[in-house]
Amino acid sequence: MFIGAIGCEPLQLRRVHLENSRWLDVYRRNGGYEAIKKVLDTMSPDDVINEMKKSALRGRGGAGFPTGMKWSFVPKDSPKAKYVVCNADESEPGTFKDRYLMERDPHMLIEGILIAAYALGAKTNYIYTRGEYKYLIDIMDVALDEARAAGLLGNKILGSDFSCEIYTHTGAGAYICGEETALLSSLEGMRGHPRMKPPFPAISGLYASPTVVNNVETLTAVPDIIKMGGEAYQKLGTEKSGGTKLWAVSGHVNQPGVYELPMGYDDMEKFIMEDCGGIANGKQLKAVIPGGSSVYIMRADQIIGKDVRMDYEGLVAGGSMVGSGGFIVMDETVDIFESTKNLTEFYKHESCGWCTPCREGTDWLVKIFKRIENGGGRPEDAQLLLDICDNIEGKSFCPLGDAAAWPIQSAVKRFPEDFEKHLVNNSRGESKHKGELL
Amino acid sequence: MSQQPINIQRLSQPVQMPDEIATFSPKVEAEIDRHLAKYPVMRSAILPLMFIVQRERGYLDPPGVSYLAKRLNLRITDIWEVATFYSMLHLKPIGKYHIQVCKTLSCKLLGSDKITQLCVKKLGIKVGEMTADGRFSLSEVECLGSCGTAPMFQINFDYHENLTAEKVDQILESLA
Ligand SMILES: Cc1cc2nc3c(=O)[nH]c(=O)nc-3n(C[C@H](O)[C@H](O)[C@H](O)COP(=O)(O)O)c2cc1C
Ligand code: SF4
Ligand code: FES
Repeated sequence: MFIGAIGCEPLQLRRVHLENSRWLDVYRRNGGYEAIKKVLDTMSPDDVINEMKKSALRGRGGAGFPTGMKWSFVPKDSPKAKYVVCNADESEPGTFKDRYLMERDPHMLIEGILIAAYALGAKTNYIYTRGEYKYLIDIMDVALDEARAAGLLGNKILGSDFSCEIYTHTGAGAYICGEETALLSSLEGMRGHPRMKPPFPAISGLYASPTVVNNVETLTAVPDIIKMGGEAYQKLGTEKSGGTKLWAVSGHVNQPGVYELPMGYDDMEKFIMEDCGGIANGKQLKAVIPGGSSVYIMRADQIIGKDVRMDYEGLVAGGSMVGSGGFIVMDETVDIFESTKNLTEFYKHESCGWCTPCREGTDWLVKIFKRIENGGGRPEDAQLLLDICDNIEGKSFCPLGDAAAWPIQSAVKRFPEDFEKHLVNNSRGESKHKGELL
Repeated sequence: MSQQPINIQRLSQPVQMPDEIATFSPKVEAEIDRHLAKYPVMRSAILPLMFIVQRERGYLDPPGVSYLAKRLNLRITDIWEVATFYSMLHLKPIGKYHIQVCKTLSCKLLGSDKITQLCVKKLGIKVGEMTADGRFSLSEVECLGSCGTAPMFQINFDYHENLTAEKVDQILESLA
C-alpha cells in the first residue's frame, strides 16, 4: 500500500517512512515538539487561535468546519473545566487515514492536542479511539508515557506554567460514536446516542463542560500551522481550504493507499489514472465515492475530462463532497445496485435506533433491496427508495440519517440503468409479491 | 393493548440477580484502578472495564456484569444497557479465536465474500456460529479501517490484511 504525498512536500506524512518513527527521540530529531515550545515561550492562547483562523484549516472528520472558528466558540470566562477530545473513531467506510497517522507518528497527535489544550485552557483531554484499533491505543499509551517522562505532559510542561494530561479511551464498535455528541455520551459511559445541538459541545460538551472535538488529522495539522504560521499553511491549499489533505484510496485502483495532496489538487481524473496507477486489471472506471460512504457517488463521466478540483468547493461543484476523504474507486464490473445495497446494510446496522425515521427507514430500505435482489423487483421501486430516503433526509435526529439517504439518492439518480435492470425483465417479479407491503 | 412481543429473553436476563460476583487478581485490579483514575466521573470507565472483564472471563458473563455494577456503583441494568449497545461487547461466549470478516464495500469489491466462504468451509460453521470445541467463532462485521489493504479480517484484535485463499488457509491452520 502506498503512503506518501503527491503534488506537494509531505507535511502530515513527513515522518511516516522514518525508521522508528513512532518514538519520541525520532520525532524530536525531526522537528517534533518545537511548536509547543514556541507556543509556550511566545504565544498567548488568543495568538494560537488567530493562527488557526489564518490557516483556513477545516475539520478533517467529515463536516469541514473551520477549526479556528470552532476553537473561538469556547467561552474564556467559564469557570468549568474544559476538554479537548480527539475523535479517532474512524469508522466511515473507506476511511483509513487516521490509523496511519497514529500508528506511525503518535507524537504529532500528542503535540497537536497539547497546543489545542493550551489555546482552550483544557487540563484533561481524551483520545477516543474505536475499539477495533486496540493496537493503536497501545501505541498511543506508550507515546503518552514517553512524553510524560520527558516533561511534555503533566505538571508544568517544559518548565512553563501550563499543565495538562491526555488519556486514551476506547470505543467498542459503534459507527455512531464518531458523531461528536454520541462520542461524548459514549465517553461518559452511556449508550452512544447523539444529543440535541445546540447547545454545541463548545458550550456544553463532555460532563456538560465546554469541549472541543476534533478529528485526528485536524489535530495533527496544528503543530505545522504553528511552526510555519497560519498564512503559509493556508497557501499550501486554497483560500477557503487551507493546507494539505489525506485521501484514503481503496477499491479497483492499481495502487491503493493514503495520499497527501494539497487542497485544490487538479484534477481528480489525473489523481486516479496516474497517481493511483489507474484502474486495476485494465478495466474502465465506472464510479467513485470520493469522501467516505456518506457522500454522493460520482459517475465516471462526471470525472473524466471534467477537471474536478480536489477541495471542499471543487468537489461540491463536481457533484459530491470531501467528507472524510475515503476515496472508493469502482470499475465497470460493479453493479451500483449491489454496491448501494451494501452501504445501506451498513447504515441499517449502525443506526443507533434513537429516532424513528432513521431506525425504521434504514431497515425498510434494506428489506426492499433484499426483495429486489431476490427477484421481486417492481418498476416503481426506484421511486419507492427515493420516497423513503426523502422521509429520512432532514427528518432524522442526527446526520447519520442524511448519510444513509445520500448514497441511495445519488445512486438511483446517477445510475438508473443499474437499478432498472433489477426492476424489469424479471420473471418472478410483480405477481409473486403483489399485495405485500414490501 | 396489542403490542409486538419484544425479545423477552434478552431483556429478562439483566434482572436476574446472579449470586456470584467475579473476582480478579491484584494485577488486574490495579489495571482497573488505573482506568478509573483517568476520569472525573467513574461511569466513564465502563467501556475499558468491560473489555478487561471480557478479556479475563471470555465474555460479559453474569458474575462479570455484577462485578462491573459493584465496582462502578451502578445498577446491573445500567451495565446491560451499555453492553447491548456496542457490537464488540459479547453477552454470550465467543470462540477463543473470534474471526471478524469485513463485509463493507471496499472489501466486498475485492472479494470479502470469498474470504467468508473459505472460513465457513474450513471451520464447518456458519456466520454467527462457534465451533463445537469453542476454538473459533465467525462473524461478518462492518468496515475496520483496512480498506486499502482489502480484503481483510480481524482475529481477536489482530489485523490480517491483503488476504488471499492461501493466506486464509495458513492463518487458520496455524491457529487450529
Ligand atoms: C454518523 C457520523 C459519524 C462520524 N464519524 C466520525 C469519525 O469517525 N471521525 C471523525 O473525526 N469525525 C466523525 N464525524 C464527524 C464528527 O461529528 C465531528 O464533526 C468531527 O469529529 C469534528 O472534528 P473536525 O472539526 O476536526 O472535523 C462523524 C459524524 C457523523 C454524523
Ligand atoms: S439519525 Fe439514526 S443514528 Fe442519528 S439519532 Fe436517529 S437513529 Fe440514531
Ligand atoms: S471496507 Fe473493509 S476495512 Fe473498510
